[in-house]
Amino acid sequence: MAILNSKIPEGPLEQKWNNYKANQKLVNPANKRKLDVIVVGTGLAGASASASLGELGFNVKTFCYQDSPRRAHSIAAQGGINAAKNYQNDGDSIYRLFYDTIKGGDYRAREANVYRLAEVSNLIIDQCVAQGVPFAREYGGLLDNRSFGGALVSRTFYARGQTGQQLLLGVYSALMRQVNKGSVKLYTRHEMLNLVVIEGKARGIITRDLKTGKIERHFGHAVVIATGGYGNAFFLSTNAMGSNGSAVWQIYKKGAYFANPSFVQIHPTCIPVHGDFQSKLTLMSESLRNDGRIWVPGKKEDAEAIRNGKLKPTEIAEEDRDYYLERRYPAFGNLVPRDVASRAAKERCDAGYGVGTGLAVYLDFADAIKRQGKDVVEQRYGNLFQMYEKITDENPYETPMMIYPAIHYTMGGIWVDYELMTTIPGLYAIGEANFSDHGANRLGASALMQGLADGYFILPYTVQNYLSDEILVPRMSTDLPEFKEAEDEVIGRINRLMNIRGKESVDSFHRRFGLKLWDAVGMARNKEVLTKVIEDFKQMRKEFWKNIRIPGEQADMNPELEKAGRVADFIEIGELMARDALDREESCGGHFREEHQTDEGEALRNDKKFMYASAWEYKGEDKSPILHKEDLIYENIKVQTRNYKK
Amino acid sequence: MDFTLRIWRQENEQSKGRFEIYKITNVSADSSFLEMLDLLNQQLVDKFEMPICFDHDCREGICGACGLYINGRPHGPDDAITTCQLHMRKFKDGDTIVIEPWRARPFPIIKDLVVDRTALDKIIEAGGYISVNTGGVPDANEIPISKKNADIAMDAASCIGCGACVAACKNASAMLFVSAKISQFAMLPQGRIEAKERVKRMIDKMDELGFGNCTNTGACEAECPKEISLTHIARLNREYFAAKIS
Repeated sequence: MAILNSKIPEGPLEQKWNNYKANQKLVNPANKRKLDVIVVGTGLAGASASASLGELGFNVKTFCYQDSPRRAHSIAAQGGINAAKNYQNDGDSIYRLFYDTIKGGDYRAREANVYRLAEVSNLIIDQCVAQGVPFAREYGGLLDNRSFGGALVSRTFYARGQTGQQLLLGVYSALMRQVNKGSVKLYTRHEMLNLVVIEGKARGIITRDLKTGKIERHFGHAVVIATGGYGNAFFLSTNAMGSNGSAVWQIYKKGAYFANPSFVQIHPTCIPVHGDFQSKLTLMSESLRNDGRIWVPGKKEDAEAIRNGKLKPTEIAEEDRDYYLERRYPAFGNLVPRDVASRAAKERCDAGYGVGTGLAVYLDFADAIKRQGKDVVEQRYGNLFQMYEKITDENPYETPMMIYPAIHYTMGGIWVDYELMTTIPGLYAIGEANFSDHGANRLGASALMQGLADGYFILPYTVQNYLSDEILVPRMSTDLPEFKEAEDEVIGRINRLMNIRGKESVDSFHRRFGLKLWDAVGMARNKEVLTKVIEDFKQMRKEFWKNIRIPGEQADMNPELEKAGRVADFIEIGELMARDALDREESCGGHFREEHQTDEGEALRNDKKFMYASAWEYKGEDKSPILHKEDLIYENIKVQTRNYKK
Repeated sequence: MDFTLRIWRQENEQSKGRFEIYKITNVSADSSFLEMLDLLNQQLVDKFEMPICFDHDCREGICGACGLYINGRPHGPDDAITTCQLHMRKFKDGDTIVIEPWRARPFPIIKDLVVDRTALDKIIEAGGYISVNTGGVPDANEIPISKKNADIAMDAASCIGCGACVAACKNASAMLFVSAKISQFAMLPQGRIEAKERVKRMIDKMDELGFGNCTNTGACEAECPKEISLTHIARLNREYFAAKIS
């Protein structure tokens, strides 16, 4: 049993990263050309890593399943990106960003990694501005900021409601510049289906060309996984349709540990589910909580009348409204962290105060419009209001928006050490694909920060510490038996899928599975349901492999086959999520065990027993995985009960 | 709601395509256009037939992957949206809906409604960037930029690269797409340094890839899901002339 070595550098917290950089090994320019690095994924993390490694002179091969790297789902992030610039003179600092992130994550993230993240956050903003990212500005020409949940300062930089898009287009342009120079070779419409491990080190990947179905082998001295999270396991989520956990799951099966799989973020402000034809859920940016007030009717009979269409929200008098976040959490009000806001919405709806279908609450801008005028609100949130109206056919300037929590992000992911290396030497995981920085709950505007921190400013350093020992390793032939073996596994699995020829479509199965996952490993979890669902998922896995129907051919563009492979992995990921949720007998961040709550319904942590990151080791099909624990040690921050009340 | 769908089907780039007719019933008015196609594909899978291939990903109007020519209009009858944001309530019960792929020489058809838009990436590759490496850049607030200019740059930068402008244009010109990138950088001091080289390289690449010329019909602006203005094309022309005569 391997012992987890997080490789945290010596020295005081604020000097660890500098110490690391001062002592790490580097690769000289002539040798960089001889080294191949594979990067899978072209979101903020993958594209920034590819571009930066290409600039340094490495020979980079970059893969994405989309038709262009510019489509990666980082593009859909709306609200903003955090940095500790303190441009607003409101008391921000690197330490405060570090503190807020650790506290927001409910003390389940690694101190040294989070401090480094806060440290490099400022460089990211500089980099993006230099690339021509059009961040919002004040009339004096300087950058504007706004507030996000879980912070008492304004440190979020934004580009209207399209910050993710602008940051992604920034890294995409840097990436295309390297493609033009020949330092990055781009493989679009390619999906990674297996990892090649030779003598214990990651040495390549097997991909499928989604246009032709051709299976290909690719060698790399190191492999970087930047394929995002596994939130689509739930079927309905704010992820893109193609977002998947397959690359992450394949490397888990090859020996990379999977950390905190049950830590899933449920975003409080999404457009509620309104029909069984729905294919995805749409997020309404958290930035709306700067000006929008969340409420439900204070009287049950009013809520019922609204649900029956007998009453309009605008007809409810002020004193009959329950602004429940302002009531419960006076200090942070509508800007409490996401997990807290989501649970509070569920609590009100479960108690019978929900509106719409019963699973919705109001996000109301009437006060903001009265106070600041419609123009100001339109300038800040115009595109979000338009998006809302297109979907729901309701005008949020006139009637409050309806929102409900939905699956949005996965804090869990592949276990990595301080260098972002997995438990397989030469294999790295960056961005949402790893588990490192957000603990049990991610704060708003921190995902963009982490993706770019990993890709621009961390991996390009740490990967050299490994590659400096690989300079004498020549490019390997993809005819080696390990490549053939990995390819045979892929072909065997595809043939199995194509030959099932059962009765149920992949989507129909995925929808059923996702609902079950939501019920058991969603906003509230308990021992009884989790224990049962693990068995159910095993059964569903068998059912899937007997009864799925995939028309068409393998050697052709075949979206049904693509989806089938992803769903097959989601079923197994779901089982691991349930196992992890069952193991963690406490409530922390997004993980809420009904057995562990205070009298007021707040999450109740158990620091004595569970102050660790779980890291699961795969042991084979139908065998239980082994749980390893990385103890989390807090030397620079006082561990407290999270309190957003005062 | 019930619809008759005339959908373009084509095995691959070489094969000859054709319209196929499908009937679909019981579609919710609140479902999106792509959810309506999901429903049709579900029915095809139930019959063990090959579902209709179409590009899509984020389904919230920002990734730019989806793009269908619906009743003769890129992204269909509603304004300022992508195909994935179009909802069936915009149609009448019993309508016949014609669905085609983007049609432009630089966008070869891969299968059914899926086209290859790599040409747009090639144009960006030719110069759609500011040449800065990671690290060693000035502080973000070192160069103030007027709010007005930053806002114009943002208007231009909101292009999602879907290709609707090319599909809408009778000349299959990519001028609106190119102008969005040129205009974004033209408005920012960081972008001025390489402005002349950039515009020449991007225009040359656009011509080389077989996109047509702009004859100012304005179809691109009318169909752009992000409402990118023709003003940006005017700015592109100005930048191009300035680069050529100096």
